[in-house]
Amino acid sequence: MATVIIPTPLRKFTQNASRLKVEASDIGNAVRELTEQFPELKKHLLDDQGLIRSYVNIFVGEEDIRNLHQEQTAVNADSVVSIVPAIAGGSIQSLKMNYHGL
Amino acid sequence: MAYSSLPFSKEELGRYNRHIIIPGFGIASQQKLKEAKVLVIGSGGLGSPALLYLTAAGVGTIGIVDFDLVDDSNLQRQVLFDVREIGQPKVEAARKRLEALNPHVQIKIYNAHLNSENALDILRDYDVIADGTDNFPTRYLVNDACVLLDKPNVYASIFQFEGQVSVFNLRLKDGRRGPNYRDLYPSPPPPGLVPSCAEGGVLGVLPGIIGSMQALEVIKIITGLGEPLSGRLFLFDALQFETRTFRVSPRADNPISGSHPEIKALVDYEQFCGMKAVEEKPIKELSARELYDLQVRGEKFQLIDVREPHEYQIVQIGGELIPVGTITEHADQIRRDRKVILHCKSGARSARAIRELESKFGFENLYNLTGGILAYIDQVQPELTKY
Repeated sequence: MATVIIPTPLRKFTQNASRLKVEASDIGNAVRELTEQFPELKKHLLDDQGLIRSYVNIFVGEEDIRNLHQEQTAVNADSVVSIVPAIAGGSIQSLKMNYHGL
Repeated sequence: MAYSSLPFSKEELGRYNRHIIIPGFGIASQQKLKEAKVLVIGSGGLGSPALLYLTAAGVGTIGIVDFDLVDDSNLQRQVLFDVREIGQPKVEAARKRLEALNPHVQIKIYNAHLNSENALDILRDYDVIADGTDNFPTRYLVNDACVLLDKPNVYASIFQFEGQVSVFNLRLKDGRRGPNYRDLYPSPPPPGLVPSCAEGGVLGVLPGIIGSMQALEVIKIITGLGEPLSGRLFLFDALQFETRTFRVSPRADNPISGSHPEIKALVDYEQFCGMKAVEEKPIKELSARELYDLQVRGEKFQLIDVREPHEYQIVQIGGELIPVGTITEHADQIRRDRKVILHCKSGARSARAIRELESKFGFENLYNLTGGILAYIDQVQPELTKY
């Protein structure tokens, strides 16, 4: 069991829930549990091989799981897991074209 | 000490009085601000408050890079600009406003796209860089340029109700350099998966908060006060009013600052962000005038609007609404026996939808409305609402 904080851009896939409790003993299970509960999250969190996408950071407390044990990082009832995807907003200042579209 | 022997004029001393009297700040910190050169990349949502506060604070030289023009859809958050400046280059409007705010500050403007050719030359002259841009290629470009030039990069980013702030590549007291953007996000998302503010929206006050924090970190770096946000990522969730701070550590496999750096010069950031292949594949375009001609001639065609329902509510030109995110699920609604024209607000999302439909379902009859509904309004129905 752990608490997962869903970032605002992904809340549309979790019926606007910002915090979810998941039954899991490690991060890999927690993510699987989440994507089973909310299948639309899957393509945003996992790549075609089922690995956590490189532009989606997952922190347990303040620590990046890359500096812990990646997907095997253990979680317990007190763990707060944050999903922090890359966002790029600020002002339009592109190279040659507007990458994401106006 | 007599005023005349101080580096500040009497007017400046009056202006900066509330800084100078802060214990621990004093005239020495104000002097550091006056000597500092800060480059703000992007004068939009984040750049607006950052520039206003840095100028008011008395940073001696401020550079602004932006290629864009002031648009009425900017004014909900870009507090540097007002209605009289719609259509003007942002950098020029910004300079006018900032010079009026503080004539003791020198404002330098670069009315240009920042790219791999000009970035090093523009950034080279500055002490601190503040990145408030809107796209991943420029994020990586600014990061790499700062690492190559050994400049601190005060990073901020926003989306809808959430903001991120960090300080990258800061020279630490022990001589090492703090982590950079590639340590936090080693690779960018593929094009199309992460929406921009232009697509996903942003609450106007959020960049006001986050851009002000960016200015704060710039001032801390210049003056040496406090602990800059190096090695940490700050996150603000405006909806829950929650803040969290995470640790960011250098990665040994960072291609520009790790143990075996491969990047020694700026690269092609569009290619790095997976945009080149997408960009080079041509799609068929149709102008707003050509669409109008089809309509006048009564020719059979299907018009599909790939924007979001809330945009459709603001204005529409008779297209069938299939938002870009659901286009492949509704591929069966797209006709193959006639011309199908797809449009969005300005042409990028519909181009993406066409590429997806062509590659997954083999459509050959799809046309992108060049410039989207905005071009159609400009060229055909100027009485409609623009947004």
